[in-house]
Amino acid sequence: MTITRRGLGAVLTSAMLVATTGPLMAQADFPTRPITYVIPFNPGGESDVTARFQQPFMEEILGQSVVIQSRPGAGGATAWAQLNSLEADGHTIMNTIVPHTILQPAMKDVGYQTADIENVYFFHYTPDAILVPADSPFQTLQDLIDFATENPGALTMGGSGTNTANHLASVIFGDLTGATVTYVPFSGSAPAMTAVLGGQIGGAMSYTTQAVKAGDQVRALAVATEERVPALPDVPTFLELGIDHVGGAYRGVAVPAGTPDEIKQRLSDVIGEVNADPEFQRQMTEAGYQVVDIPLGEIPAFIENRRAAYATAIERMGGS
Amino acid sequence: MIEAFLGALTPFNLTLALAGVIVGTIIGALPGLSATMAVAVLVPFTFTMDPASGLIALGAVYTGAIYGGAYAAILVNTPGTPAAIATSLDGFPMAKRGDGDLAVTISCFASAFGGIVGALALLFVAPPLAVIALKFGPVEYFWLAIFGLSLIAVLSKGNTLKGLIGGFAGLLLSTVGSAVVGGDVRYTFGEPALLGGIHIIPALIGLYCVPVLLGMVADRAPHIERAKTGGGTRIPEALATLWRSKVNLIRSSVVGTVVGILPAAGGAVAGLVAYSEARRTSPDRANFGKGAPDGVVASESANSATVGGGFVPTLVLGIPGTPPDAIILGALMVQGIRVGPQLFAEQGDLVQTFTFGLLIATLLMIPTGLVIGRTAFRTISSIPKSVLAPAIGVLIMIGAYAVEQNPNHVIMMVVLGALAWVAARWGFEPSPIVLGLILGPIAEQGFVQAWLIGNASGDLWGQYFGRPISLGIIFFTILTLTWPWWSDRRARLKALREEAGA
Repeated sequence: MTITRRGLGAVLTSAMLVATTGPLMAQADFPTRPITYVIPFNPGGESDVTARFQQPFMEEILGQSVVIQSRPGAGGATAWAQLNSLEADGHTIMNTIVPHTILQPAMKDVGYQTADIENVYFFHYTPDAILVPADSPFQTLQDLIDFATENPGALTMGGSGTNTANHLASVIFGDLTGATVTYVPFSGSAPAMTAVLGGQIGGAMSYTTQAVKAGDQVRALAVATEERVPALPDVPTFLELGIDHVGGAYRGVAVPAGTPDEIKQRLSDVIGEVNADPEFQRQMTEAGYQVVDIPLGEIPAFIENRRAAYATAIERMGGS
Repeated sequence: MIEAFLGALTPFNLTLALAGVIVGTIIGALPGLSATMAVAVLVPFTFTMDPASGLIALGAVYTGAIYGGAYAAILVNTPGTPAAIATSLDGFPMAKRGDGDLAVTISCFASAFGGIVGALALLFVAPPLAVIALKFGPVEYFWLAIFGLSLIAVLSKGNTLKGLIGGFAGLLLSTVGSAVVGGDVRYTFGEPALLGGIHIIPALIGLYCVPVLLGMVADRAPHIERAKTGGGTRIPEALATLWRSKVNLIRSSVVGTVVGILPAAGGAVAGLVAYSEARRTSPDRANFGKGAPDGVVASESANSATVGGGFVPTLVLGIPGTPPDAIILGALMVQGIRVGPQLFAEQGDLVQTFTFGLLIATLLMIPTGLVIGRTAFRTISSIPKSVLAPAIGVLIMIGAYAVEQNPNHVIMMVVLGALAWVAARWGFEPSPIVLGLILGPIAEQGFVQAWLIGNASGDLWGQYFGRPISLGIIFFTILTLTWPWWSDRRARLKALREEAGA
């Protein structure tokens, strides 16, 4: 995984691109009216919150308002299946998530294929994190792994849904460590966290953002980043503990198929410019998000890389 | 605390509270537009305000919308928001016989009372109360849903078998789509549009509103009777009714507060549980469903109490208590406010200012609610059905579409509505179907999660039957199901004894 290391270079190149191509693009007459930014999840969720962080910065760069519209349903699949039927002129953009858009079509017919989604940028990820209640006997990740290895299936780990990013992460975790946990699906990250806080389940395969939100009520045992997360300075990374796991939910922006290439490039540049803003980075980092830069040119390689990283686990989960 | 109180009293905040209540009441009153939607529409406007003012505006709109839902439920028999389902059970029969004005006034005072109880709970005992939300594990939600399903016996007026069939139809509908637990795709017939399942709001609008609309068109008689007394507000009569049912009022408000705290429940469950308890304990049980004011009191005080109750876990734990709270939580995060235990420690003033704002908004609901309610009653009882029916028709189309900007929801609404209309001709009521649809996912997820947890701990039996809260809920379920039989038997024995004595 070299995404974050590549990140700095990407920021610089995209910043330069903006500097050189900016005036040129202005002639291309984009945008001419407000941009609709479709979020496939409910307001208040992480996709919504991060889009709202981007909103003012995008508006300033584009000189047009950005209207956030939520179209939730079927874990995002409802909106993603509609993506390519929307107007392809750059004025409609949609939030996407990997692994969701790789995992969902692999598991069942959801009305779209991974290749149907034309991403222009992946701008951050919420790193996977293993959380336990504050009064849990597990002080370190090794405690948890030892228990789950000696008592296969006795430890319950909650997460959001079946065949979802959390489920995938828990399968990958089991593959990497040999621990056998009982994965308990909930209807979202929030209900899973409620069950952790109430001690109903042994822990959760969740995200750093949930750990930040819950504060002292939970203990994060490990986070799936390359460097420690600034908002959780005391929590080790999986890499530090010798487990080769970096990742989480990568959020990006996609456009309907057929959107002109120069507009796709322009959008990619704009999002890169927002990512480079220190104030935007501060807001994201404080809430536990990890800013990454995967611009238009690097998307195909990124998707392939992720597909390969998930392949074994997806097969184990019964997907194709 | 006094400072916080004065903070809530600034002219700007007072204006926001008043405007919020008015806007919320109107949105809630329109069939098909729900409290969640009212809050979602307002959220972007609050980003420019300071956090306390933004919260007050959102809280006021939320309170107003929950109350506004009562109008459509009482006057049109279309509970536009799920929270008002139980209100229509007795509210509409009241309106039908010419007591619509009284029902609206009663619902206004009952809502205000419930809202105040919920807000006081938030003000004084939020942190300890939030613990309740954590004590409820998957198995408790499972039993709570079963308790809710036992209300089918209450809701199926006269014909329990048809009620049960309706309930099972609702449960079956609730399984459509991709399952949260297990991930199986069920009953979608290869149609990706059904993967997301049957959304509750379009289903609710279809099942309740469409048959009412078709009925309006098919039936020559006026939709509701004009007021017997010239269409006043009948305040003294309403207050007298509330005084007589003070026990019901307090109990329902407490039920609403507690159910509001539970993250997976919400206004609809609160209203139904309070309604069923009111019916079970009322000496006037036979009149429930035929226009008993007590039914309106129970439902409205309970659903309004969920507003304050729902903020308890939202602010204390960062867990949204009700769907609109989830949106408010997101708005808070954008404002940079971290909810959770530290919020009370670090920004206690903010919480108190907001709570006072919510209290003020609830009090403002009384005058605005009475005025808007009177206007709504006069309008709906006097405008011809040829105008009313198409107007509602347009509104419910917009409402079904607007929930998630999804045209498929409009189709779902129309199809379910047509089915409900046919079913109604055979004597099937919509309420058991809706109950199955709302409670099905809660029951299913709770059951499977409890099964997984029970198996993992090696004590499956104890997971289902060994937890005190679960046992309490099971007890109330059995009580609700057997109570009519017990009280009949007692009445019969008493009659026999009197006969023997005479």
